Amino acid sequence: MTPKNDLVAPVVNRRNLAEQSARFCFLFCALLAFASLVIIIAFLLIKGLPAIGKIGLWNFLTDTDWNPSNNQFGILSMITATLLSSLGALLISVVIGVLTAVFLAELATAKIARWLRFAIELLAGIPSVVFGFFGLVIIVPFIDRVAGGGGNSLLAAIIILSMMILPTIVSISEMSLRAVPREYKEGSLALGASQIQTIFRVLLPAAGSGVAAAIMLGLGRAIGETMAVILVSGNSPIMPGSLFDRVRTMTANIALEMGYASGLQQEALFATGVVLFVFIMLINGAVTVLAARSGVKR
Amino acid sequence: MKRTKLSEQLLYLAIYGSAALSCTAMIAIIGYIVFKGAPSIDWTFLSSPYKGSQHGIYPMIVTTLYMIGLSLAVAAPIGVCSAIYLNEYAKDGKLVRLIRFATDSLSGIPSIIYGLFGYMFFVTVLQLKMSILSGALTLAIMVLPLVIRTTEEALKTVPAGYREGSLALGASKITTILRIVLPSAAEGIITSIILSIGRIVGETAAVYLTAGMVTRVPGGILDSGRTLAVHLYVLAKEGISFEQAYASATVLLVIIAGLNLLANRLATGIRKKTT
Amino acid sequence: MKKTIYLILAIVLIIGSTMTFAGCGSSAKNLALVGSTSVQPLAQELADAYEKANPGVKIDVQGVGSTAGVNAAHDKTADIGMSSRDLTAEEKQWKMQEIVLALDGISVVINPENQTTDLSVEQIRKIFKGEITNWNQVGGKDAPILVVSREAGSGTRTAFEELTKVAVKKDGKDVSLLKADALVADGNGSIQANVAAKDNAIGYMSMGMVDKAVKAIKVDGVQPTVANVVAKQYSLSRPFLLLINGEAGEPAKAFMKFASSPEGKKIIGEHYIAVE
Repeated sequence: MTPKNDLVAPVVNRRNLAEQSARFCFLFCALLAFASLVIIIAFLLIKGLPAIGKIGLWNFLTDTDWNPSNNQFGILSMITATLLSSLGALLISVVIGVLTAVFLAELATAKIARWLRFAIELLAGIPSVVFGFFGLVIIVPFIDRVAGGGGNSLLAAIIILSMMILPTIVSISEMSLRAVPREYKEGSLALGASQIQTIFRVLLPAAGSGVAAAIMLGLGRAIGETMAVILVSGNSPIMPGSLFDRVRTMTANIALEMGYASGLQQEALFATGVVLFVFIMLINGAVTVLAARSGVKR
Repeated sequence: MKRTKLSEQLLYLAIYGSAALSCTAMIAIIGYIVFKGAPSIDWTFLSSPYKGSQHGIYPMIVTTLYMIGLSLAVAAPIGVCSAIYLNEYAKDGKLVRLIRFATDSLSGIPSIIYGLFGYMFFVTVLQLKMSILSGALTLAIMVLPLVIRTTEEALKTVPAGYREGSLALGASKITTILRIVLPSAAEGIITSIILSIGRIVGETAAVYLTAGMVTRVPGGILDSGRTLAVHLYVLAKEGISFEQAYASATVLLVIIAGLNLLANRLATGIRKKTT
Repeated sequence: MKKTIYLILAIVLIIGSTMTFAGCGSSAKNLALVGSTSVQPLAQELADAYEKANPGVKIDVQGVGSTAGVNAAHDKTADIGMSSRDLTAEEKQWKMQEIVLALDGISVVINPENQTTDLSVEQIRKIFKGEITNWNQVGGKDAPILVVSREAGSGTRTAFEELTKVAVKKDGKDVSLLKADALVADGNGSIQANVAAKDNAIGYMSMGMVDKAVKAIKVDGVQPTVANVVAKQYSLSRPFLLLINGEAGEPAKAFMKFASSPEGKKIIGEHYIAVE
């Protein structure tokens, strides 16, 4: 991955003080990233673990009641809300995103592809609070009019999240489609398969782990999203029974109550952060494995 | 045969439809917000303070600039140096894998976790209070992985021959890096910085817990301030004025679009150069 | 392309160096007021007046929540804490100096389209506990009630639940019995925005911040007005507190003094109730 320096290494005077200190300086910077990660994890654990100890891990994870004033700290409803909203969003955006990636990689002319890619990059750049605001003024009132109940709902969160993770899924899927060796496609076409058959039977399966990496990355973004969700989801800490129920995600729980919390409630919020973090690290791990397998750069 | 044809037609339709839908999603959001926001943007809106009867966003723009400058002042040198280490010095080994694992993990952490951390560490433990400094340091950690990765990509595009030539002429390794490698990778590094600016400008969750939301032009980096994105969040959640919210969102979108366009052009420039 | 790059580099450098200079001249003597979002607008008005009277002094007002305000004053991340509820027994033990800045009513607000004009405290309690779920149970049209509440820990919520007995005492602590599926909105403005946008919603918010977008109803037949709060006719009212830690510096004490001076009381009296 590096233009190999071994070739030239002997030329370098190893005893040169300036060289050594520069090298040390660069190494130090590189280690700072690692140090940051360690500090973040340490702080989360220091602040979060005592609460888990006091509440009990099992109660914390499986209790559905969140009522800090009564010392009830169960986040099952929020874990459920987080997973449902993220998976719902994935369902929508994977279909649309992967097909868009197919369009970009296989069907579009260079000019159209460039414009569409730019549009999608722009979509990726839109701040999450703008998405949330859009959801608040357009999607929430729309759901309220159609289904009643106020409109702040799981469904609103799903729609907003699916828009937000679309760019991730499109760009990574496209990259992995392009990484499929040309011979696969040419071989398939030469054997008389149609373009559609080639795409769905040969290219997509070959790009499978890259697309899977895209899906996991999208999942990570959806699970971690805060500001957009807070504005549209209604934030009631209850188990969602339908798409139109108000839900509170783990991220929303942290952002909503952090300013007000003290004592055990604050620790419980950090503990929520720990659970969220564990989810994210699992997903990150999956991404790393899948990306390495498909040769896609994140 | 006919049936395959039909299903193929349907699949084509699905593909084109999806592409159109992706495009529409973007146009719908940007179009709607700009349409609603643009009429209320004028010079007064951009240049007046947010105090009493004045509802300008000048203080938020200044705070956002502070935030960009300060976070980059921290993240850019560290990120570029890390990338130099990873690309120019390190050999694949445990250490590199460790650092790579750290940057990958950092880039996946949700911004609310950064906010939580920043609030605990910079605001409370280091006693920096809610200030631009606390916010910027939090953001610096957040954009660090982005700077490192994009800079690394840029360094990789510098042909090995440049380095070998320079070294063969007797230049030291550090001279080679500073005089030859970095200038050749400049556009890529700038792109990484522009992308980071985009993230800093758009960030809310990590900033509002760490930098606060005071609506005054900050007098220094230990003052609290409200960035444009936080301002939009407060306007939206407090329901103070949707007109102002649309206008602020429009300003935010214009900035982001401008940055994207710039990054895009630079990236095209790089691609042209290397191919 | 080169030009753009140099331009950007220049901008980044300029910003960077401005930062450095700005950093050196940083005003560490800024007074930080942190706490209740309900107190924030009043504190901001007082701060503006105080800054005008004392050039050179700068005051930062952060609305993050009552509990955060009490904590910030306690651990000295803020010079002055703001709270829109009384201190809890635990917080009282920290022995902070507190002044009652003002009294504020809590208005129960509904959508202007809603014809209901009057609810008893008991009806309000039942609505927020989920025992009354339809407007026709309180004399309105047949429509489900959408309860909008603040987040746990909010001073306004704590005070509201205590006053309407939506919260009950258990082991010396107030335990909230708010119905679980209430829409949770953070901030007075958010309550107002939600109630204004949803026909069947009911919420509660600081009296001083209510505007025409929502309708404040009578409670037990009493209109929520400054006069009625002063006369102790209107039952839903709570104090706004300013808190300082014992070792707070002179500037903080001077501001506290200003807030309770006649001049400060005049500002308070515009929307809230100054305390003698």
